[in-house]
Amino acid sequence: MKLIQIPVACFILSMFFVTDAHAMHISEGILPLNWAAFWLAVALPFVAYGLWKMKKMSSIDVSFKPLVGLMTAVVFIISCMPIPVPTAGTCSHPCATGISGILLGPAMSVLITSVALLIQALFLAHGGLSTWGADIVSMGVIGSFTGFLTFKAFRSFGAGIAAAGFMAGLFSDWATYLTTSVELASGISGDAPFFPLFSKIVIAFIPTQLPLGILEGAMTAGMLRLLYNKRPDLLVKMRVLRPEEAI
Amino acid sequence: MKFQIPYFIFHIRRILLCCSIALLLCLSFQLSAFGSEWKGVDESVVKKFAKEHGREAKDPLINTDQGDLLLFVFLLAGAVGGFAAGYYWHVLITEKVHRDIKKDYSLSAPKDK
Repeated sequence: MKLIQIPVACFILSMFFVTDAHAMHISEGILPLNWAAFWLAVALPFVAYGLWKMKKMSSIDVSFKPLVGLMTAVVFIISCMPIPVPTAGTCSHPCATGISGILLGPAMSVLITSVALLIQALFLAHGGLSTWGADIVSMGVIGSFTGFLTFKAFRSFGAGIAAAGFMAGLFSDWATYLTTSVELASGISGDAPFFPLFSKIVIAFIPTQLPLGILEGAMTAGMLRLLYNKRPDLLVKMRVLRPEEAI
Repeated sequence: MKFQIPYFIFHIRRILLCCSIALLLCLSFQLSAFGSEWKGVDESVVKKFAKEHGREAKDPLINTDQGDLLLFVFLLAGAVGGFAAGYYWHVLITEKVHRDIKKDYSLSAPKDK
């Protein structure tokens, strides 16, 4: 990439941000304190494991750091980039945790997602500090692990890197919103039955997230294909490809 | 007279990609003018269901949602994030290629002498 393309990319990306924050992160105060604490308790061990993994990987391979930096920026930007969905008349955003889960591994992906979510909650009025744990679980833990496992599963069935990447992006996005629905329904249902409310929330998410999931799948496949063309050795190093598959 | 292929033909894929991105941006902004309020799913789904069940969103700890301040913060975050992504992409792709070329040169140089 030529240096001149960096400011051009910045400009294009920044155009997406000239709008209010429309997000799927659960906002401050939506979840009761006990549920917020529960989701934080679920999320923290994953974040701690991610920290340990990061320390271990950095000591083994210094070239790992630019990839972590790139993926952190990508997750941060994409997870607060509102995309209008004409079929629904609403806006939402992809998560990019599928691609980060594939490239860095799910543990590292949880860590970088938690950092991105913390910055968004603190400075962008996007998500919340009390709901940080719930947002980490839905976007970081479920999104990353679903993306990673889907990619591995499809690869083991003989799918190509782009096809497996597409399915990983698609399922990681949908799984994230499914988990958000679980968190929301369990937190706000009170004495009311869980499943009717849960299904109502899922149905309400479908018109927006169905096309966005496909977009996220295409984006994941495109990024993997691009890296495959430019740096197949990196994909081998990150165990995304087998050495014999790299040209 | 010798026929020459115009230079831009060699960059046709890049030109098409740039045009598609520009068209997509224009279309998304244009569509937003015709559509409804284009609320985020946080409002149209999360906050709506929460309100129905007696839960309201609170102001964030650092409330940047005040007039154009939020636009500024988002623009800043987009620029910094975009720069970081571009910088690390450059480190991963371009510098790696340069390093490899230099390494090959330094290995082959003594043999030439």
